[in-house]
Amino acid sequence: MPELLIELFSEEIPARMQARAAEDLKRLVTDGLVEAGLTYEGAKGFATPRRLALTVQGVTARSADLREERRGPRVGAPEKAVEGFLRAAGLSSIEEARIESDPKKGDFYLATIEKPGRAAEEIIAELLPKVIRGFPWPKSMRWGAASAPTDSRFAAPGAEGTASLRWVRPLRSILCSFGPETEDPEVIEVAIGDLVSSNLTFGHRFMAPEPITVRRFDDYVAKLEAAKVVLDAERRQNIIATEAKNLAFAQGLEVVEDKGLLEEVAGLVEWPVVLMGAFDKGFLDIPQEVIRLTIRQNQKCFVLKDAANDALTSRFLLVANLEASDGGKEIVAGNERVIAARLADARFFYEQDLATPLEEWGKKLSAVTFHDKLGTQAQRVDRIARLASALAPLLGARHEAAERAARLAKADLPTGMVGEFPELQGVMGRYYARAQGESGHVADAIRDHYKPQGPGEAVPSEPVAIAVALADKLDTLTGFWAIGEKPTGSKDPYALRRAALGVIRIVLENELRLSLKPLFADALKAAPAASGAHEVAADLLAFFADRLKVHLREEGARHDLIDAVFALGQAANPDPPLQGEGRGEAPGWDGAKSAESAASLPPAPGGATSPLKGEERSKPLGPAQDDLLVIVRRVAALGQFLDSEDGQNLLTSYRRAANILRAEEKKDGISHEGEPDHALIHQSGQEEERRLLAVIESVEAHVAAHLGEEDFAGAMAQLAELRPAVDAFFDHVTVNAEDAALRANRLKLLSRIRVAMHKVADFSKIGG
Amino acid sequence: MAGSLRGATVRRSREIKSIRETAALEHMSPRRSFQGLILTLQRYWAERGCVILQPYDMEVGAGTFHPATTLRALGPRPWNAAYMQPSRRPTDGRYGENPNRLQHYYQFQVILKPSPPDLQELYLGSLEAIGIDAAIHDIRFVEDDWESPTLGAWGLGWECWCDGMEVSQFTYFQQVCGFDCAPVAGELTYGLERLAMYVQGVDNVFDLNFNGREGAEKVSYGEVFLQAEREYSRHNFEHANTERLLRHFQDAEAECQALLATGRAEAERDGGPHRMVLPAYDQCIKASHIFNLLDARGVISPTERQNYILRVRGLAIACGEAWLMTEAGGA
Repeated sequence: MPELLIELFSEEIPARMQARAAEDLKRLVTDGLVEAGLTYEGAKGFATPRRLALTVQGVTARSADLREERRGPRVGAPEKAVEGFLRAAGLSSIEEARIESDPKKGDFYLATIEKPGRAAEEIIAELLPKVIRGFPWPKSMRWGAASAPTDSRFAAPGAEGTASLRWVRPLRSILCSFGPETEDPEVIEVAIGDLVSSNLTFGHRFMAPEPITVRRFDDYVAKLEAAKVVLDAERRQNIIATEAKNLAFAQGLEVVEDKGLLEEVAGLVEWPVVLMGAFDKGFLDIPQEVIRLTIRQNQKCFVLKDAANDALTSRFLLVANLEASDGGKEIVAGNERVIAARLADARFFYEQDLATPLEEWGKKLSAVTFHDKLGTQAQRVDRIARLASALAPLLGARHEAAERAARLAKADLPTGMVGEFPELQGVMGRYYARAQGESGHVADAIRDHYKPQGPGEAVPSEPVAIAVALADKLDTLTGFWAIGEKPTGSKDPYALRRAALGVIRIVLENELRLSLKPLFADALKAAPAASGAHEVAADLLAFFADRLKVHLREEGARHDLIDAVFALGQAANPDPPLQGEGRGEAPGWDGAKSAESAASLPPAPGGATSPLKGEERSKPLGPAQDDLLVIVRRVAALGQFLDSEDGQNLLTSYRRAANILRAEEKKDGISHEGEPDHALIHQSGQEEERRLLAVIESVEAHVAAHLGEEDFAGAMAQLAELRPAVDAFFDHVTVNAEDAALRANRLKLLSRIRVAMHKVADFSKIGG
Repeated sequence: MAGSLRGATVRRSREIKSIRETAALEHMSPRRSFQGLILTLQRYWAERGCVILQPYDMEVGAGTFHPATTLRALGPRPWNAAYMQPSRRPTDGRYGENPNRLQHYYQFQVILKPSPPDLQELYLGSLEAIGIDAAIHDIRFVEDDWESPTLGAWGLGWECWCDGMEVSQFTYFQQVCGFDCAPVAGELTYGLERLAMYVQGVDNVFDLNFNGREGAEKVSYGEVFLQAEREYSRHNFEHANTERLLRHFQDAEAECQALLATGRAEAERDGGPHRMVLPAYDQCIKASHIFNLLDARGVISPTERQNYILRVRGLAIACGEAWLMTEAGGA
């Protein structure tokens, strides 16, 4: 089977775009082949700084012949219809069509369209220019004489102006060969702009720049390798990683691993050569983070640590693109000088920054706008300090310390070092705070208050740091909520989802008991554009509910259990539900989805609030639905309970009760909610009926007591006590008694089971 | 190569490219003298057909501001030029105390329109000419997209690295003054002090040998520029009168707009070209430099900053538009 080899040779392609471009080339070409009726066995794309390459193996030599019958209009149909048919079928006159007879519809025209198969060469020659001209580079450009305007007397022939070919950098040559393994492949002729395809490529820019004639993929790879080009980026990475490790090991050192940097440098060289350099040990006084970033970001070199004690050393590894004739001496010397200059610059910034107290740096924040509607960074710091101070006692932190840390938390933003390396915000603040004698708690809080920045990062665990971290995030969230800048769909320019998730993780991982609503209210008091604070807080709480659900689901919690606990929210919430605001993504919290939840509980006669709602309201022990930790513990306890035999059995009983109730309520068209008639049960009820009522009342009391102590496992164990009585009831009592009063009362009894159980969770939401 | 400085020292090596002949005079070697580096680059690009210009006689933030680049990059006429341009970045001043930062430094600028197919090779040839041997030095083209918000210009290209040091910027202009470049020009900018420090092997810019002589005859970069760095740092950061500067900015802006309007009215009346672009563009350059000074004086808030940039950009775009109505602009 023939194979196809394509190489697009250009000036240096940005490292970050190479991998994606190799994939795009593969996808666009193979999709195009398949669409044109060819098949292939396998394909792989490659990229180096100067080329994209693609091999496609096992390509069919021709596409199949296609034969298609097209039915036309009746014989004698209007001329227009006949014309349309001729056009569609590609016929020049109606004589070319056959006439078929249909017993029902009479005679009609029929055309046979034959599409002969096409040679793969022809298909590729047509496809490749399309792929190149439409290539999805993130950024592309025009160049050279071809970009001159066509209507200009200065333009060379073939100029296309702004319509000229775009590529990521100038495209220099195109290699395209196709043919079976047994024969010499042929060059498929493709012309784009002033480029014509060939079977030529070029080796390493400096070590082997001569043209190379290529037949197919295997000799292509081998000849490139001989010309000092490693085609496969993964292999270049492996070579770098191995050489780096060996060089480090020989000196008793270890490479500080950096996957991102490895990928980047592999995209900057065609022939990697790893070399070791050193800088003056005196620079090791500079914070390690600074050294590492300076060397990584500006010089794209790896730093090395001492294998014995993990400390950063004064050695580094660079990846050159050259086997230098002097063994790399000049290259190392040059890199060492640049790194020394960079580190000297960094030290200059560091010392300059240290010369001014953090408070002074902080004053510059009054000139920095945080957001048009949310004031300056300095105003923001004021708000965070106030909030952190208020949070401190709830977290066991001294409020002076929390306020101090908050006042200094953003003060490093105007410093020279953070200006140079924005990712060192907080990290530098900590160094500067320590240098001016701030306590360890305050200094650490300055660094840690940004955390967690991503799912992999640990949350702050010291009370002072927690206070500032929460204050920072809550100020951001309430501020943007107050001015109506909420995330929508995929748009979240202020990273508000991350901020909310940060709050959630800080609270849960530190097992903090916090009521969010009063915190929101407090933060909103200071928000510059606060309007309708109550609605804003409720809406933000719904957002948190949503984020919490996403978080719990990611942590592996069953979503039906989450729903079962969240469904309690609408019942427990004393605030008027916020309906009709279209917050579809926040079900079950603060009534956002109360319409749906309420549907399972028919409204009580007379339009009064449902007994469930009334009951919950009257009891202060209802679930605190703005306390994240409580919600999560309840979900966990529910999960454990349902994993037990008792739990499963009770769920079965619950469903039986609920099903009967639903069926009968539907039949009757009325709700059977409400308190059963105790006197009637005692007078004419059966033993099992009386027993069930007694058990329900006792269980309810115990459940309430356990919930009051937030002992969710205890509350669920209590619920399990219901089971024998419920089972006995179903075994011995006929719910649909002939006596209408007795029947109604028994149905009420069933609804009481449901009421009792919904104190713990909405079991109707539980699946499986 | 006519008019070269042929001497007895070069007769023995006829095969050596004539470009090296200049360098062969010891004190003119780019490895020995700052001016030797500049002269070598000038010769190199002169030999390749560039018009060798002298610096523009105004304060500019970068060699790109020279009308020989900004304006000549627009329109269909071919244009190849090279020149050294002193550039001023008031905020980069360090009172002469930082070995790597200057508020006034030299750039060597090359513009080739349309960009020739072998521009990378031509560039590498220029490095060879100043003594950077590609067999022992690691030369790399690292992604760096260029944008000048004040000029309404952008392009794609690279920073050119030599052994980890950025020695040049290499850009294919895509837009200048808000107009698509057709044809596209290639622009090379060499940071001369850095390059000189590299080839001379010195770590402090003020230690650069300026004239290539030794002993009493030697003139260092510090002797030429250190006093200026100190004085201008004081001026830029402390003493420039901001009220007057604000007025100057407004004056330059108004003058630019007035000149452009006059030129346009004449052109419309006579049906001829715009005949007032270059003087107007001078005022745009002036406004840009005054803005940089105000910025260094710290009197421009972040929000105002954006506004000033937009005002200068507005002038640049208006100049570009007018340039396209001139003969050199291809009209």
